[in-house]
Amino acid sequence: MKPEPQWLELEPERYEFRALPMHQFALGRRDFFKILGAGLVVFVAVKSVAAQETAPGPRGFHPEELPKEIGAWLHIGEDGKVTGFVGKAEIGQNARTSLAQTIADELSVPFDSVQMVMADTALTPFDAGTFGSRTTPTMTPQLRKMAAAARNLMAERAAKQWNVPVEKLVARDGKVTNTVDGKLLPYAELVREEGFGKQTPAVKISVKPASVWTIAGQPVPKVNARNFVTGRHRYSTDLRPDGMLYGKVLRPPSFGATLVSYDDSAAKGLSDVVIVRDGDFIGAAAPTIAAAEAALAKIHAQWKEVPQISDKEIFSYLKNSAQPSKEERFHQAKGSVADGMAAAAHKLEAAYTVAYIAHAPMEPRAAVAQWNGNRLTVWMGTQRPFAVRDDLADIFHVPEKDVRVIVPDTGSAYGGKHTSDAGLEAARLARAISGRAVKLVWTRQEEFTWAYFRPAGVIEVNSGIGADGKLTAWEFHNYHSGMSAIETPYDVANFITQYHQVPLVLRSGSYRGLAATANHFARETHMDSLAQAAGMDPLRFRLVNLTDSRMKAVLEAGAKAFGWPRQRSEEGQGFGLAAGYEKGSYVATFAEILVDSKRKIRVKKLAEAFECGAIVNPDGLRNQVVGAMIQGLGGALFEAIQFQDGRITNDHFASYRVPRFRDVPEIETILLDRKDIPSAGAGETPIMAVAPAIGNAYFNATGVRLTTLPLLPSAS
Amino acid sequence: MAGSLQLEINGKKYFVSYPPDTRLLYVLRDELGFTGTKYGCGEGMCGACTVLVGGTARRSCQIPVSAAASKPITTIEGLETNGALHPVQQAFLDAGAFQCAYCTSGMIMSSVSLLQSNPHPTREQIVQAMQGNICRCGAYPRIIEAVEKASGQLQGGAK
Repeated sequence: MKPEPQWLELEPERYEFRALPMHQFALGRRDFFKILGAGLVVFVAVKSVAAQETAPGPRGFHPEELPKEIGAWLHIGEDGKVTGFVGKAEIGQNARTSLAQTIADELSVPFDSVQMVMADTALTPFDAGTFGSRTTPTMTPQLRKMAAAARNLMAERAAKQWNVPVEKLVARDGKVTNTVDGKLLPYAELVREEGFGKQTPAVKISVKPASVWTIAGQPVPKVNARNFVTGRHRYSTDLRPDGMLYGKVLRPPSFGATLVSYDDSAAKGLSDVVIVRDGDFIGAAAPTIAAAEAALAKIHAQWKEVPQISDKEIFSYLKNSAQPSKEERFHQAKGSVADGMAAAAHKLEAAYTVAYIAHAPMEPRAAVAQWNGNRLTVWMGTQRPFAVRDDLADIFHVPEKDVRVIVPDTGSAYGGKHTSDAGLEAARLARAISGRAVKLVWTRQEEFTWAYFRPAGVIEVNSGIGADGKLTAWEFHNYHSGMSAIETPYDVANFITQYHQVPLVLRSGSYRGLAATANHFARETHMDSLAQAAGMDPLRFRLVNLTDSRMKAVLEAGAKAFGWPRQRSEEGQGFGLAAGYEKGSYVATFAEILVDSKRKIRVKKLAEAFECGAIVNPDGLRNQVVGAMIQGLGGALFEAIQFQDGRITNDHFASYRVPRFRDVPEIETILLDRKDIPSAGAGETPIMAVAPAIGNAYFNATGVRLTTLPLLPSAS
Repeated sequence: MAGSLQLEINGKKYFVSYPPDTRLLYVLRDELGFTGTKYGCGEGMCGACTVLVGGTARRSCQIPVSAAASKPITTIEGLETNGALHPVQQAFLDAGAFQCAYCTSGMIMSSVSLLQSNPHPTREQIVQAMQGNICRCGAYPRIIEAVEKASGQLQGGAK
């Protein structure tokens, strides 16, 4: 029987990919209670997350519905300490700091008096996930609204107490002051009265514009940074609740393999080891990782493998297996491409390919799970705690309210920690040992194999320009890799953009910037070729075809810093640029490279201008922008997942090369602060113009056009 | 078979019972709770597990616990003195040389080892010494800056 094809689950509004859960356990609800029996429900917290336990009150929220009360988002203690609650996770993007800045700024309290409780399904409001560069544009206004409402409310209470008009009062620096007589009341005293947190903000509440920010907009250092340089911070992988066991999963030999025979008799006699088989899931839990591995080694499992597509044939497969769709979400068009092509002085058609790449977060996917009675707590590095909670509740047949997912600040994600796999696996093992926690940490090899990838793709572009260098026609087809930034930001009267769905080959999902990198690589490389055809400078050619002033601004700022156009001063030197916008922010990247006699690329310098509206934390932003540029070097120059017969053949850091110290060029960042524009997220867009800028510099150096990502796969 | 071993970690003695080929990383993290030392790859390719053994940076995921038993071991938890950060820790803090910071312990231990053997490294020597440590977030330029800052401080201290 041929299995049903699986598709990338495209969530249309944000073009977000979602990899489906890896496991569906057979375990039934009745089964479950038979094993667990009745038990006292006791919530167990490990010491290191005890801080999150100090949050006020029971905080159950109806799923998917954002609470309207101030108290759900903000708590002002009688000691003056302020606590903010958001469902977003801290994954290295520095949101814990920027959100605390936002609250401190709007409420007008010292930054150090604000702490954030984040990504805990029992304590924080529902959140769909930390992705799509949504934290800043959604949570910043939300928290400002709540803080402004709290500030107004305290002023009203003071006005009532003093019997003066509220207009005479200012709420600032943690206190309400009467501007007439100088009398003051600290916030801490004004929140004592009952019912404070149950209030809801007015529909139209005004918040501070960026022009008057005092704490937001400042380069505040990362919160709790000291805990990271001392090794005190506890990531999910570091948690060790008393009596904890270590879990391991016996993986199939290849993708799609199914279990045909199973014999665990040799492992059954081992003391202290629990073996779980549930359908094709086989795992063990033991007091040490080594003991769990030894137990799995004694299990005889035979698998039936199925033929799989290899990396050698992936691009022809993607092209030939596409399913045409005129669905509106996949297809945009305006004017007549045929007319535009007929009017063109120069025509250019080209195809581009993009390889699968891996997130390779330094903290592997991992979870600690513990059942107490019919309640489950999972500590896990995930970008989607509420979705993980829902998956757990669904698969283990328990109510959502009995599942708590807590996300300790996590060792990065880059779009790779959306799925619930490690949590499901740890919880499945822990279910066999009620009351004892099980920690399951994927090995690096498991990471490279059983996580999901940024999807590969083929992109075809057909285009025409007039004698004046202006675009007359633009046709853009993306096969499989995705729709992010699929639409051209350049002015063109006649265009078609089409996304072609292809059944999944490798498990695929989100990755920093999604397909914006692939689509920008194709578009900006193609624009460079068109500039060449028009005999125009690549910068001028882009500016001629643009009316978007924000995109022009990053191009001009980047060009100024980089010194574009530059003259070659040594052999093999080349200069290139690329630009674009996505998710509310704009980027222009300029590259200087050296190509050696073996045609190997050495990136000498990258300059990047970036604009994401009003900057909340310039130091954190610069860190994100530089980090994205460096990560972008990997996908540009050498990262590519290799696969054959359902196996990843470069599943180690020795064979999957990521950027290291020696790869880092001179980097210059130009951050444009637009205080008149709402803040957008910045975690993703700064990655997407790096590859085409380098590829265009290669063309400038050699006259050879590179159309694949990575650019020179064999030269790495 | 498991035998009893004595380890000296951050100036204190610990007795552990492990098969001698068990990698030091697992004894540090799982048995003794020195979780500041991270698992990144288990293959000596990423540097997240770096500790000092006999004063030199070693990948604790590669070194058997028996081989570490005869020498003093320093982990990230052992760098502070009386609550004061080591100059390298302070320099990382001042430079904001991290994002998710999962690699930071290993980066700091590698830097400490480098600066002990070469108190005034050139930028090229820093790159050479740190090439085995991966920061997937790409904080490399700030890490280099931190090592240079620490180098200046150590230099000052040595005068």
